Amino acid sequence: MTNDNGLSYLLPGILIVLPLVPALLLAVVRGQAMRSAVVWTGALAVAAGSVWLAAGHLSGPPLALAFDLPWLDRAVAGAGLLVSLYMLFACRGIVKREWWIPVLIVAQTVVMVLVEVAGPRAERPIVIDQLSLVMALIIGIVGGLICIYALTYMEDYHRHHPEVSDRKPLFFFLLFAFLSAMFGIVFSNHLGWMHCCWEVTTLCSFLLIGYSRTEEARRNAFRAMGFNAVGGLSFGVAIWWQLHNGRAIELDSMAAMGSAALVPAVLIGFAGLTKSAQLPFSSWLLGAMVAPTPVSALLHSSTMVKAGVFAVLKFAPVFHGHTAGYLIALVGGATFLATSLAAISMSNAKLVLAYSTIANLGLVVACAGVGSPEAVWAGMMLIIFHAISKGLLFLAVGAVEHRTGSRDIEDMEGLLATRRALGIVMIVGIIGMFLAPFGMLVAKWTCLKAFVEVNPLLAILLAYGSAPTLFFWTKWLGKVISVPGAARPAVGPLSANEWAAVGTLAVLTVCACVLFPLVSDYAVAPYLARQYAGAMVAPAGVGIMALMLGLLVLAIMAFIFYPPRGQVSARYLAGANMGAAGNTFRGPLGEVTPASRNYYLMGFFPEGKIILGGSLASIALMIVALAAVLR
Amino acid sequence: MGIMSKSPWILHYDGSSCNGCDIEVLACLTPLYDVERFGIVNTGNPKHADILLITGAVNEQNKEVVTNLYAQMPDPKVVVALGTCATSGGIFRECYNVQGGIDTTIPVDVYVPGCAVRPEAIIEGVVKALGVLELRAAGKAQTHTPTGKVKA
Amino acid sequence: MTGLVGAVAFVVLAPVVGGLIAGLDRILSARLQARVGPPVLQPFWDVLKLLSKRRALVTVFQEYYAGCFLLFAIVAGAIFFGGGDLLLTVFSLALAGVFLVLGAYAPNSPYSTIGAERELLQMMAYEPMLLIAALGCFMATGSFHVDAIYAHPTALVGRLPGVFLGLLFVLTIKLRKSPFDLSASHHAHQELVRGLTTEFSGPTLALVEVGHWYETVLLLGLVYLFLAALGPWVALAGVVVVYALEVLADNIFARLTWRVTVASAWTVAAILGATNLLAVHYLKQ
Repeated sequence: MTNDNGLSYLLPGILIVLPLVPALLLAVVRGQAMRSAVVWTGALAVAAGSVWLAAGHLSGPPLALAFDLPWLDRAVAGAGLLVSLYMLFACRGIVKREWWIPVLIVAQTVVMVLVEVAGPRAERPIVIDQLSLVMALIIGIVGGLICIYALTYMEDYHRHHPEVSDRKPLFFFLLFAFLSAMFGIVFSNHLGWMHCCWEVTTLCSFLLIGYSRTEEARRNAFRAMGFNAVGGLSFGVAIWWQLHNGRAIELDSMAAMGSAALVPAVLIGFAGLTKSAQLPFSSWLLGAMVAPTPVSALLHSSTMVKAGVFAVLKFAPVFHGHTAGYLIALVGGATFLATSLAAISMSNAKLVLAYSTIANLGLVVACAGVGSPEAVWAGMMLIIFHAISKGLLFLAVGAVEHRTGSRDIEDMEGLLATRRALGIVMIVGIIGMFLAPFGMLVAKWTCLKAFVEVNPLLAILLAYGSAPTLFFWTKWLGKVISVPGAARPAVGPLSANEWAAVGTLAVLTVCACVLFPLVSDYAVAPYLARQYAGAMVAPAGVGIMALMLGLLVLAIMAFIFYPPRGQVSARYLAGANMGAAGNTFRGPLGEVTPASRNYYLMGFFPEGKIILGGSLASIALMIVALAAVLR
Repeated sequence: MGIMSKSPWILHYDGSSCNGCDIEVLACLTPLYDVERFGIVNTGNPKHADILLITGAVNEQNKEVVTNLYAQMPDPKVVVALGTCATSGGIFRECYNVQGGIDTTIPVDVYVPGCAVRPEAIIEGVVKALGVLELRAAGKAQTHTPTGKVKA
Repeated sequence: MTGLVGAVAFVVLAPVVGGLIAGLDRILSARLQARVGPPVLQPFWDVLKLLSKRRALVTVFQEYYAGCFLLFAIVAGAIFFGGGDLLLTVFSLALAGVFLVLGAYAPNSPYSTIGAERELLQMMAYEPMLLIAALGCFMATGSFHVDAIYAHPTALVGRLPGVFLGLLFVLTIKLRKSPFDLSASHHAHQELVRGLTTEFSGPTLALVEVGHWYETVLLLGLVYLFLAALGPWVALAGVVVVYALEVLADNIFARLTWRVTVASAWTVAAILGATNLLAVHYLKQ
């Protein structure tokens, strides 16, 4: 199934190489104006490239590029080895209790050498199907926007943190290199190539998390590298297993093999679990929060963790109907429940976002583990909606943080009133994450339906996990929309770069909600039809969802054009109001400004215990899953 | 009878009462008098209330509270002063910190004397207040400003 | 077509039925307290009076949120009585609830913020059980569509006794009855300030009241659904008994803490609801 059209034949390769051009340029250019020009050009080129590729190949059969270039194979393998060696070299910075990290990297390197000795060959090293294209669009568009956002953010960052040495050239080099590696992961059909790109993302995230070089950042960077090395090792063993048994190492043929590919599927699925920070590996992603916000946004929305769920989702047809698959799904379900509960007690906005990311990835993993067409439909939709909304939220929180000096949700009180536009984009991001009729809920709805058909257990986990989601998002939303109680520091305007990213993502969030049936018809349904031999999944309830959305729009319109009028009354303060506006009250020591804090219920939902419980459950499930396939 | 008088929700505020009148107000809600028969509900929130029942005199400590509560009740609304202290200051009238009756601070529509005021009298006072409330809802009685001193 | 009729009938009739239920509720409560109680039409008088009062709001957004609460409570019920998707009904109900909570957050008043938080705790408490009930309906009948579930020949309560009991438990929370009326009691005189609705007044409060009537009818419809196959009279009698029990509970319990509310609702959902689902699943195999 090769395509003769020369340019589109080359485009995937170009897309992988393309981000490296701005990356290398950014490594050498100094000066904000020059950097700005390169980043804008690079981001637009990457976005345009991914859109072009998607436009050409979204309909129709997957684009398989068959070629045999031994030198390229060797180059990729060599690059992988170099990455491993560099990571080993970086390990000179470890502390005593991190001894296990170099051990894992050495083990992984040994496996890579073994694999190389076995001589991996793939007839079609690159295959692009709709899942890859959806991922490519996310990487290209959301990733590109985050790079643009980073331009102003990093300037501010270094102004706010004079103690951090300015290594912006490295930073921007890494951002674009990250995108390149991500394209590599989603386009590779050759497992060895994918593994190499996988390692590159681990290395990039290690360097980005440790950007500030503080002790905390370094430790967290090493933790990220260590946990991802666990996955990298598992990935390598999967390739070795295939070669050892004389089987193909092509992703598409493995996915079509069914239960014969269960062992490597579980091993690569395990790697995906580490990369997507599922319990018990969640702490690396939380630790990654020390990095500048664009890094968090990139790791959470378009890259890194999405690579993890992408790998698991690729093997969904293999997991379908198998105990091992269901056990992996339960790992996702347990992660979803535990991290949703843990997010309740967080008042740090970035930590809420981090836990919510892990929870939603858990849901995608659950979908992939169940592996039925409906579940995979929901999984793909979750990836799309989550990437856009979460990217938006991270960037919005970063923008607020740089203007108020706080990322605490309590300090976002009255944001809608003090800075309307920023407040609105944050509201769009939040409701996009959890409310009907918006995207994530559509996917969650399909999840419930898909899960209950197999076994109610996963659906019950989802039911329990949804409730805390409702709680922590709504209380955040409540803070943003409330009228400010006390005088808040004025929030300065956003720069053009920030608006370009935040505004586009907000528009995309709304568009994704409105246009999800089209996304389903043109991208997700064709993929499923091919993976599951004619399975038809149409989004259900589109009419009613559209009706709800329409009513909501009407309500907003009605409010804008016919705003309610009437007496303005001071808030009720037991009659003890003071001041002209009546916003303060007379207390025992004079004038008091009332302040209300949200409930965080730390005693009732202790983060540590919840995560520990979830981790133990996940570990048990993983062990049983491994036992189930090796039996 | 208009709609206003079919659903009078009251707010009860204890100025500086000795609690005698307050007990009688609560007695109205008990099975013996059961004012909910007339749709009367004790709301405890000025924003929901139509009738402000005040017992006790106004003093330096609570005059702002009385003004605020009255101001926070949405129109139309009426005020009933319950008991001798609320109507005139009663035996506390000459105290150094007492201003006097409720009408020294906010406009009062119905005065119900008594020490302590009897539940039957309270009910009658509220019924009288309903008449004022209806008139006010129809725009026939004067609407007061929070600082106005006009009596019905 | 029948779906549309059901939906329209709900939109038109639910406020009438819901208001009457509220009136009967108040009379029954009064009788339990050895009082006579208000006329049965009292809730209607209350709402009409509220509508004729002047608006007094801390922020005009409150009216918007209250309006959206009413709107999506109606949508939820219309989906349900129109024979639509049960999960979507639950989601729409949650959306309505979120709007109500936002309406209480908007004024940033200490009392109403606490009401909002407690309402959210209540939502968190009942949400799993409502979803489990919807899942149970699917497992027993093979469909999430209310019309298909309604047409199912055997009564759901037979297959899903645990789910039914669990649903009754969270119904207490949803109907704002003691011991779980954390955010605002259904009865005004049981409150000091009125939690969630503290800052709503006049017409805005009327929107909230009417929204609550719609919710009540929808929830009782859900109870009816579990009994539907027993015949309309038995099922109706069942609904009446259920509501009477809720009123009884309201009058004999004091309010419990949020800890007990969340913990007990989740435990009940697990022991009665989830266990029931798993039993249905494994017995079928």
